[in-house]
Amino acid sequence: MKAVNTSLAIWTAVVMVFFYLPIAILVGFSFNTSRLNILWEGFTLEWYASIWRDAVLVRALENSLIVAAISTLLSVVLGTTGAWMLYRYRVPAVRLWQTLVFIPMIIPEVIMGVSLLILFVVIQLELGFATIIISHITFCFPFVMVAIEARLAGLDASLEEAAMDLGATPAVAFRKVLVPYLMPAIVSGALMSFTLSLDELIVTYFTASAGTRTLPLEIFGRVKKGLDPTLNAISTVFILATVSVVLISELLKRRSR
Amino acid sequence: MRTGQTTIAAAASVRQRTPGVTAWLLMAPLFLWVLLFVVAPTLIMLVYSFCERGTLGGVVFKFTLANYAAVFDATYLRIVIRSILFAGLTTAVCLVMGYPVAYHIGRSSEKWRNILLMLVMIPFWTSFLIRTYAWMTILKSEGLLNSLLVQYGLITQPFEMLYTPGAVVLGLVYTFLPFMILPIYTSVEKLDNALVEAAFDLGAGPMRAFSKVIVPMTSPGITAGILLVFVPALGLYAVNDILGGGKVDMIGNIIENQFKGNARNWPFGAALGIALMAAFGIAFWFTGRRQATVQTS
Repeated sequence: MKAVNTSLAIWTAVVMVFFYLPIAILVGFSFNTSRLNILWEGFTLEWYASIWRDAVLVRALENSLIVAAISTLLSVVLGTTGAWMLYRYRVPAVRLWQTLVFIPMIIPEVIMGVSLLILFVVIQLELGFATIIISHITFCFPFVMVAIEARLAGLDASLEEAAMDLGATPAVAFRKVLVPYLMPAIVSGALMSFTLSLDELIVTYFTASAGTRTLPLEIFGRVKKGLDPTLNAISTVFILATVSVVLISELLKRRSR
Repeated sequence: MRTGQTTIAAAASVRQRTPGVTAWLLMAPLFLWVLLFVVAPTLIMLVYSFCERGTLGGVVFKFTLANYAAVFDATYLRIVIRSILFAGLTTAVCLVMGYPVAYHIGRSSEKWRNILLMLVMIPFWTSFLIRTYAWMTILKSEGLLNSLLVQYGLITQPFEMLYTPGAVVLGLVYTFLPFMILPIYTSVEKLDNALVEAAFDLGAGPMRAFSKVIVPMTSPGITAGILLVFVPALGLYAVNDILGGGKVDMIGNIIENQFKGNARNWPFGAALGIALMAAFGIAFWFTGRRQATVQTS
């Protein structure tokens, strides 16, 4: 039994190396003076500086941040009210709605992108910020809903009723009692939405216009052309952002337990 | 993903009110959103898949089954089969690599469990585009691995590792491995240790305990993992775009090419999309039923 446990631990370590070695190499070469990612020639921050000199890249980053911020805000509103309403009220065919909401979480992105593109063409909505944001909300808000529902599952029903017994209107009870209780889930749902939106490539590829290319689209275009240390630098920034988001939301989850 | 549904079902029995006008108004955005941007696009895509392709890449609303017939055309059928093979291979490798890791995490002390889970969560949330680019850096013929191999005299000349089927499967495994580990971990965590010990006490060897107790008990996690890897791997075209260099096309590439590329055949692309979605639906329905049987038996 001990031998089994030791080999499991070793295997886990091997898989972790498999996960992190490529990322470490990518990050390492973002500080390398050599243009080609082959040998270590010396430390530089040149590639980070070159991100800011690249107007197209900065524009794409701005687009991404605009899209992620608006999508997250609207996803949080839509997801929180949605989860709360389905929890609180008797809704006909609730199972069906639940399933429909979760489809965007699990459906292959290419199908989602293509079907939304067809829709936008049919309703003659010109591709641009609006279409990207609509698409992003569609796959972000289910994640907010899941986070809220998980938190609602542990809700003490008497909490809200006590507030109402003490004379609070439903709206006040919601604001003063429920929103504070749901806050950790709201924040972690928002962080998830923001990361998802910032990273998304495929759905955006179908729903963006030439003028509203997001950062992943720009990176994708350049990656296909070949290696470029500026890409390593911007990837490192992305990885750093992701790591901090995961750490923050884990911390929140633990504190809310 | 399933927890949401059980939450709602549980709440239904406790205390739910019949919605009034205000409640309906507050719920309306959710329902409208789902109808407009989930249901409607799917239905329109379904309609398109039965239409004819017009000149200049347009769509003519005339009923035809030709698009579905074309899915089984020799040229495309080859790519469909290749996609299924690649996605299947990816899933198998992820399962073999990921199961021991998930099991180990589930059985670790709480401190280690949290650390290891976090280490799996980070790649899970990191953009696959960036992670795929990382492999490109390593595999390129003037890249890291080739230069190391040449330097240490293991090979005399750099050879093309990028733009091969192997590179594509490697990239897919790297992308989807966390999607296999996390659901299996959830099942392992719920596994009752007493059952495993009982199996050993009753004289079962590690192999027997594994196949007769541990695997059946964690099968919901295994099926969820397989589903979360296989179907997205079928459709994800960006990884093989980058690591396959257009030489190793899969279904996703064909769909993409019908809409944005040179092929410009929206009805055919829609038919491919519907076919992929149907495969997806059947897989879900099938595993859902299987899980139900496992739970009742």
